[in-house]
Amino acid sequence: MNIKNLLKIAMNALLRNKLRAFLTMLGIIIGVASVIAMLGIGQGSKLSIQQQIAGMGLNLVTVVPGSQQRGGVQFGASTMQSLKEADVAAILSDCPSVQFATPEVRGNGQVVFGPLNWPTSLYGENESYLQIRERTVESGRMFTAGELTSAAKVCLIGKTVIDNLFGPGSDPVGQVIRFKKIPFLVIGVLAPKGLNTFGQDQDDLLLAPYTTVQKRVLAITWVQSIYTSAVDSKSTDDAAAQITETVRRQHKIKASDPDDFSIRNQAELLSTFSSVSNILTILLGAIAGISLLVGGIGIMNIMYVSVTERTREIGLRMAIGGKGFDILLQFLTESILLSITGGIIGILLGIGASKIIGSAMSWPIVVLPSSEILSFAVCTVIGVFFGWYPARKAASLDPIDALRYE
Amino acid sequence: MKKLIEIISLKKDYYVGEVTVHALRGVDMVVNEGEFVAIMGASGSGKSTMLNIIGCLDKPTEGEYILDGIGISSLTKNDLSNLRNRKLGFVFQTYNLLPRTTALDNVELPLLYNKTVKTKERVERAKAALESVGLADRMHHKPNQLSGGQQQRVAIARSLVNDPVVILADEATGNLDTRTSYEIMALFQELNSKGKTIVFVTHEPDIAKCATRNIIFKDGLILRESPVKDRSMATEILATIPIEAD
Repeated sequence: MNIKNLLKIAMNALLRNKLRAFLTMLGIIIGVASVIAMLGIGQGSKLSIQQQIAGMGLNLVTVVPGSQQRGGVQFGASTMQSLKEADVAAILSDCPSVQFATPEVRGNGQVVFGPLNWPTSLYGENESYLQIRERTVESGRMFTAGELTSAAKVCLIGKTVIDNLFGPGSDPVGQVIRFKKIPFLVIGVLAPKGLNTFGQDQDDLLLAPYTTVQKRVLAITWVQSIYTSAVDSKSTDDAAAQITETVRRQHKIKASDPDDFSIRNQAELLSTFSSVSNILTILLGAIAGISLLVGGIGIMNIMYVSVTERTREIGLRMAIGGKGFDILLQFLTESILLSITGGIIGILLGIGASKIIGSAMSWPIVVLPSSEILSFAVCTVIGVFFGWYPARKAASLDPIDALRYE
Repeated sequence: MKKLIEIISLKKDYYVGEVTVHALRGVDMVVNEGEFVAIMGASGSGKSTMLNIIGCLDKPTEGEYILDGIGISSLTKNDLSNLRNRKLGFVFQTYNLLPRTTALDNVELPLLYNKTVKTKERVERAKAALESVGLADRMHHKPNQLSGGQQQRVAIARSLVNDPVVILADEATGNLDTRTSYEIMALFQELNSKGKTIVFVTHEPDIAKCATRNIIFKDGLILRESPVKDRSMATEILATIPIEAD
């Protein structure tokens, strides 16, 4: 019996019971569709997190003061005053993998314009801030090196602050606002960036020269953290190592003592989040996989019923010359046809569902060709695996008994 | 005369639990080419077992069976399948047609298991077989659209399509009324007159008289074997049976 005839016979047998064939397939359809959709959602959430972290600056390497022990007392990291402007200069000159570096000092407080006020953060940075944090100036200008040395009272302003102080759509360049009673001239507007991965509003800020914030607002001499960017995303680990070495030398830390600072890079954050969403993907996939398994058992069940129902047909086929192997192939073809047809419908449905979920959640939904190929392969395997036992049963029938079966 | 079927001291035992049933206890039998043999006997006499063995569906416990020069005792299951496919045609009491499948597709079925027959040849041979049983105009009808007699004709066409050396019929008229039974017997006689060898199991003496030779089984042995003296011609009997008004 050739493949064409096998397919024809299997097709006819299935079409004899259209509703039953469809209901049997439904298990596989739902199983495959949910596998595809779940993997799509998993991949999508992973990609979405990756994009957001990349948006924060993938090359970013941050130096923050670490906790320290003095006379047996452990001091909290945020109270440390160990990082200095000189460290930034040393990093820039001694670390070949670092492209930009800026000190950061930060103050929180009310910003006031006319009768309105708004609580926000004032970030003190240098002019490399835009490159490091991948931001752009929408209107106006960035502060200059001159304004940095002279600790000029100028600032750039984020969209959320504009909305609350000036009203949406207005251009505040040239206006003077007050932060903790200190007047700042607005020289530019930062292009909006939206929420970051943690839900923080990245547009709720004022940006000023770090010298201004250090001397005029906070009255401190140290810096709270140092932001640097590596030359590319692959060299963040090199950059971190070079920075560690440089800052240890700057702080005159003995080889036996621990660092008095710590270094974070986005790649670590990215891998943490990626592994979380990988676990999520595996979990979702596993649940969907179980429904696929249940679908397969449905096929086995129906194939058993079908073999019993068609015992006389099997007997007849054997009597007129069908071998056990022919009968085996016939029933296997039926179950494979069922599972593959179900699989194809399931894949299409799964892609559709992914697209709908994706647009509802505004996630980038990724349907990987590999998950389609995988589902298709799994369906074929299910067809063979769950079809095998019923087909085996059919093939091993005795033609005399089968012909007499009532 | 060529011996198509030769059975030599054949025994068949069944084991039902602890009990051994001696279905056949040493049968010798020959069917020559061109014969029309009717096997008769009460139920349990061993006639069905005999037909199963002749049909290569079952193997003897002891003794030898030679079909068209081939001894079957040494053959494997697959060899037996091929033998059935190439040399035998079956007609059953309950027709055993595939439901919801056209007459033509039903008749094609044996040829599907013969790799040497191509699609075009298969369809042509199936059509020719249906024409020879007088169902040229029913080719695309499904079994539920056919009468019992017509269904049995489709089954006979199916048994003819592989051009077998012997046609084996098991109570082929058992489910049919008298008139239709004789119609089927007329068809068998016509096929026999064209040279087909037929082995026919029945328990109706009237039907058995249509054959050329009767073999009567009793308790697993041949009780009597005799040529039919005044053979009934089914076409003549048909003429005497009035066609029932619908």
